Amino acid sequence: MDQVLAARAQMGTSLAFHIVFAALGVGLPLLVFVAEGLWLRTKRRAYYDLARTWAKGMAILFAVGAISGTVLAFELGLLWPVFMRYAGGIIGLPFSLEGFAFFVEAIFIGIYLYGWDRLSPRAHWLSALPIIVSGAISAAFVTLANAWMNMPAGFRLDHGKVVDVDPVAAMFSAPWLVEDLHATLAAYVMTGFGAAAVCAFALLRGQAQDRVEQVRAGLTIAMVVATVAIPLQWIVGDVIARFDAQQEPAKFAALEAVWTTQRHAPITIGGIVGDGQTRYGIEIPSALSLLVAFDPNAEVRGLDRVARDDRPPVALVHYSFDTMVGSASLLLLIALAWSIVVLRKRALGRRLVAGIALSGPLALIALEAGWFVTEFGRQPWIAHGLLRTSDAVTSAPGIAVQFYGFSALYVILAATCWWLLRRVGTAPRAAERQPFVPESLP
Amino acid sequence: MSALALAAGVAVAALTLYAVFGGADFGGGVWDLLASGPRRARQRDAITNAIGPVWEANHVWLIFAWVALFTCFPPAYADVCTYLNAPLTLALLGIVLRGAAFVFRNYTSDNAMLARTWSVVFGAASLIAPFFLGDTIGALATGRYAWTSPFALAVGLFNVTLCAQVAAVFLIAEARDSALRDDFRRSAISATAAVWIVGLVPVLLAREAEPRLFAALLGPTARTAIVLAVLLGLAVMLMVALRNARGARIAVAAEVVAVLAGWFGAQAPELVPGRWTLASAAAPPATLAAFLVAVAGGAVVLVPSLIYLFAVFKIRARG
Repeated sequence: MDQVLAARAQMGTSLAFHIVFAALGVGLPLLVFVAEGLWLRTKRRAYYDLARTWAKGMAILFAVGAISGTVLAFELGLLWPVFMRYAGGIIGLPFSLEGFAFFVEAIFIGIYLYGWDRLSPRAHWLSALPIIVSGAISAAFVTLANAWMNMPAGFRLDHGKVVDVDPVAAMFSAPWLVEDLHATLAAYVMTGFGAAAVCAFALLRGQAQDRVEQVRAGLTIAMVVATVAIPLQWIVGDVIARFDAQQEPAKFAALEAVWTTQRHAPITIGGIVGDGQTRYGIEIPSALSLLVAFDPNAEVRGLDRVARDDRPPVALVHYSFDTMVGSASLLLLIALAWSIVVLRKRALGRRLVAGIALSGPLALIALEAGWFVTEFGRQPWIAHGLLRTSDAVTSAPGIAVQFYGFSALYVILAATCWWLLRRVGTAPRAAERQPFVPESLP
Repeated sequence: MSALALAAGVAVAALTLYAVFGGADFGGGVWDLLASGPRRARQRDAITNAIGPVWEANHVWLIFAWVALFTCFPPAYADVCTYLNAPLTLALLGIVLRGAAFVFRNYTSDNAMLARTWSVVFGAASLIAPFFLGDTIGALATGRYAWTSPFALAVGLFNVTLCAQVAAVFLIAEARDSALRDDFRRSAISATAAVWIVGLVPVLLAREAEPRLFAALLGPTARTAIVLAVLLGLAVMLMVALRNARGARIAVAAEVVAVLAGWFGAQAPELVPGRWTLASAAAPPATLAAFLVAVAGGAVVLVPSLIYLFAVFKIRARG
């Protein structure tokens, strides 16, 4: 395998693996916090069981998220040393801040997971708060580094040398806010629908009487999170589309598969992306011009404005984009249907529950496809306009072997996680926690 | 003090804290692998309980040192990652397997075969990770990135022994009853002796094959630190013999600090001897300043959180 391809395959696999655990690591603490809070308020056993079950899942997912995140931190240098030589001093700041946020997250995860019998119920419940906050913040800091890769800022190039470094300006490169919002919301979309889907699946399979209330409560809490997050994600996505059209025209042209700069540009859904044209797609006339400038006559820049060597892999980006938007559309429909049923105080029908069970895989697909759009859409650059991916790769031998080895490892880890999480979900209920006796502490 | 020296100090501090706390967690895995005798199940339980709440937080020190290195010394970092790609990747593999196996085995405790399998992976990974981290450091010290040299491999082995020693000492205080405590006391004594013997090997190998490094080890800072480390090892033995668990903990942590000081003392101000100094590899001043501000700000949140973590699980719990 060619060196660049091997390194990209290795990095891409690591990221695709990690992003799932990262998203759930950001979202799950919120669900656990709500469930335990409801237990403290109502003293209903179902909420307690729910919090304990979700917390066990959180323990497994967070651990795998922490180690797969470590892999990425290492691979920045192990695979892309040339990039890090350029960029380390420019984007080290968000990574350093992320280090602290991750630290706080790891500390309170330990306190929360092992503190059920060591803290008062209220203190234990509150110890989830720092996990929620620092989890979201640490994801946001990492995303800042990705925003910089899309639109490098905070330095000047002087005869190929990086000078006048301003790490704060680099941290807040142009896409920082929209990318951060998009990534954070993606975590809640993924977790909300993911957790709701697990509950929905459990309901479809039928549950013992003592568990039905827990599963139903879990479905409701998770769907509330998902239903709040998914429309917000649509709004942010819409803003990003206009941002990209202006600021990242190559990526935008690729994701919409626009080859020719034109007015009255249509939105093309699907189709066969060839070299220079996209055929057989479903076209919505003038819709793209309307989308980017609220004017059907607005000009949309196409790939003809991008030098051939600077074009991303158009088909891959376009199909990933359509997959993301398609999945997100279905998610929006499912959330809408659920809201209507709940607001009208009707019982959930079997078809709706089946739809919710389907929303988990859909959210996962949307998450991965969205990540594909931003990463493939940036190619052939590792830092747009500054450094090409092919120039950033390591010269160390054995990268292909690493790729095969780590891929096999990820398969084993994913399979084990899946199996363990299924067991966590079906394990017999633990005894409700004993009353807290402060005197037992010194 | 210059921003450069402060930034280097932060990286060194993070690495040192990782060596003590992260090292203890790896050492726990080593003792899990070596658990024997009638109380081996309870030994393993004590290890699990000791590591469980804190390993993820302890692990972050490594991430932090890693980030500090690429933020503050990017060109040296890029070189190290390129030439020491293999041992770092192997260390990474150990780190991944250790963490995953630890959690997996805790959630498979009712399935003997699976729990056993993941336990073995956990123990083996706890050997692999510190071995290759030590090997990386040894290779750095040679200035030739010679990670397959006998010297570097010997440093790897030494690091594993050191981790085992720290863990054994830390575990004494974690044990709930006196029989178990005595098990860990015996482990601590033998591990301290092992640290001396295994620690001698890289020094002898340096004399044979790494003349420049050997001369640096005889320099005033490194020499003092090494003597101090040996004396602190004696203190560990003494404290363990006197059943002073707290004193032994302090002594063993100080010993690790002295060992690292020996390395830094032999090497400073060079980052990679003969290739990069702190100054030649330094990021721009604006980056170092921003990094230090971030560290100061982060510490305000981090330090109370860490104290709370250890207070809940390591002080309050013991009573």
